[in-house]
Amino acid sequence: MEYMPAFRLHRPASVEEAVALAAGDPAVRFLAGGTDMVVNIRRGIERPTALVDLSAIPELGAIDIDSGALRIGAAVTLARLAADPRVAAVWTAVAEAAGSVAGPTHRAYGTVGGNLCLDTRCLYYNQSEWWRSSNDYCLKHRGSVCHVAPGGKQCFAVFSGDLTPGLLIHDATVDLVGPGGRRTIPLGDLYRDDGMDHLALAAGEMVAAVRVPAPPRGARSGYLKSRVRGSIDFPLAGVAALVVSSDGLATDIRVAVTGVNPRPHRIRGIDVHRGHALDDNALDAIREAVRTQAKPMKTTTVAPWYRRRVVGALARRLVARLASS
Amino acid sequence: MKTVLSLRLNGRPRDDVVPDNLLLVDYLREAVGLTGTKIGCDGGECGCCTVLIDGRPRHACLTLAAACQGTVVETIEALETGGRLSAIQRAFHEKLGAQCGFCTPGMVMAAEGLLRANPRPNEADIRDGMAANICRCTGYVKIIEAVEAAAREIAP
Ligand SMILES: Cc1cc2nc3c(=O)[nH]c(=O)nc-3n(C[C@H](O)[C@H](O)[C@H](O)COP(=O)(O)OP(=O)(O)OC[C@H]3O[C@@H](n4cnc5c(N)ncnc54)[C@H](O)[C@@H]3O)c2cc1C
Ligand code: FES
Ligand code: FES
Repeated sequence: MEYMPAFRLHRPASVEEAVALAAGDPAVRFLAGGTDMVVNIRRGIERPTALVDLSAIPELGAIDIDSGALRIGAAVTLARLAADPRVAAVWTAVAEAAGSVAGPTHRAYGTVGGNLCLDTRCLYYNQSEWWRSSNDYCLKHRGSVCHVAPGGKQCFAVFSGDLTPGLLIHDATVDLVGPGGRRTIPLGDLYRDDGMDHLALAAGEMVAAVRVPAPPRGARSGYLKSRVRGSIDFPLAGVAALVVSSDGLATDIRVAVTGVNPRPHRIRGIDVHRGHALDDNALDAIREAVRTQAKPMKTTTVAPWYRRRVVGALARRLVARLASS
Repeated sequence: MKTVLSLRLNGRPRDDVVPDNLLLVDYLREAVGLTGTKIGCDGGECGCCTVLIDGRPRHACLTLAAACQGTVVETIEALETGGRLSAIQRAFHEKLGAQCGFCTPGMVMAAEGLLRANPRPNEADIRDGMAANICRCTGYVKIIEAVEAAAREIAP
């Protein structure tokens, strides 16, 4: 039985200690809430020699607002982020997304860092050991064939964290700490378009915080997701949008998606609507841009064509709502 | 690979030597013998294993026992006083919020966490607050009525 392999649990009190404990051994993994990591350990997908628990590190537990900019520690829980009225008022998409992750019990201890660094997901990967073994495993783990696209050598497992798009439209950056020291990168650069290796973190590097600048004056933002059960599930598609309008014209418009590609990303090519009214034609064009750039594959029980339509529809609905409110 | 775990479990301090990879749910059920906390899935899906840690709901099946160092853990066994059921337990019984009963310890602990944080929830708050718990029997309506009834009794 694969149920809980042997490993050591470290509970460091500082980020420096955490990084030192993780250095040098790729089989040492970070643990935050454990709502994804422990599931994957139980399924035999993760086999760590040691876990470094980040939940007792004070530096990672704060939400600060300084000169209009937001800084969220990696160990802040989703429940705390969703309930913070300062966040909901200014970075609405971020609060809405935090409140839409999983169910209330998961949000009570699942963290921001764990959500940003969530493993990619696929119908053929997030299964028990016996399920995967009877399917000859898959390209992402122990196998040689991708059951989603058997001809190729690419893994299409999808990034399904809800928080990322709301942060991407707000130009967030992430503070990283690793054996090489501290650095700050745009959040978009944390991700790669490869379901097998989707995080651009160096070996032993961790996320310490995410920083979100003040949005442009008058900006409105929001997050919408589609899921099988409204109470608990991962997104089949998730869309965050930000709109600034003045005198009926859009002066800024940003859209980002999750749940449809290995890499969450901003939608390109919609700047052309700046300076124009977001009328039906513009909304249709935004929907088409989202549909074309989303490339859902058969990684969920729900058909790719449906997810492609839904992600476009969600984007259109959300942008229309933000433009008219 | 072992830790001395010191915590407060259902009102009493305890010290136990636990392996680092022991799940809280196995600690509770196997090491302590508190089998009220149930295991209904292979991790995080069903909510049967919900306990309160420092007053907040948490899945015992996704929590490492050794990570509960210094915390206050409450399980379904903590709720009765002197053989008398708590208001939430009584409401589940009287309003038919339990059928087979397998989800019930997790449901009751989720309701306990909800009512401590929000003593006067409306129906939408209850639906949101109980959304991580799955029941295959009741159809949820009776569970929502039970939580409403308990809330009225605790905070009229
Ligand atoms: C039934 C169920 C439904 C779910 N539904 C959703 C959903 O709808 N939307 C959604 O987004 N998620 C969902 N999740 C996944 C999960 O609950 C959340 O994504 C949560 O935010 C993960 O955070 P965590 O602290 O529990 O992460 P953990 O499980 O502790 O960690 C997740 C990953 O991130 C890494 N990690 C954690 N912190 C850091 C850090 N600071 N730096 C570097 N790496 C780090 C870990 O090593 C691990 O690989 C669901 C889970 C379950 C069980
Ligand atoms: S046993 Fe199902 S969520 Fe814990
Ligand atoms: S009463 Fe049977 S599962 Fe809820």
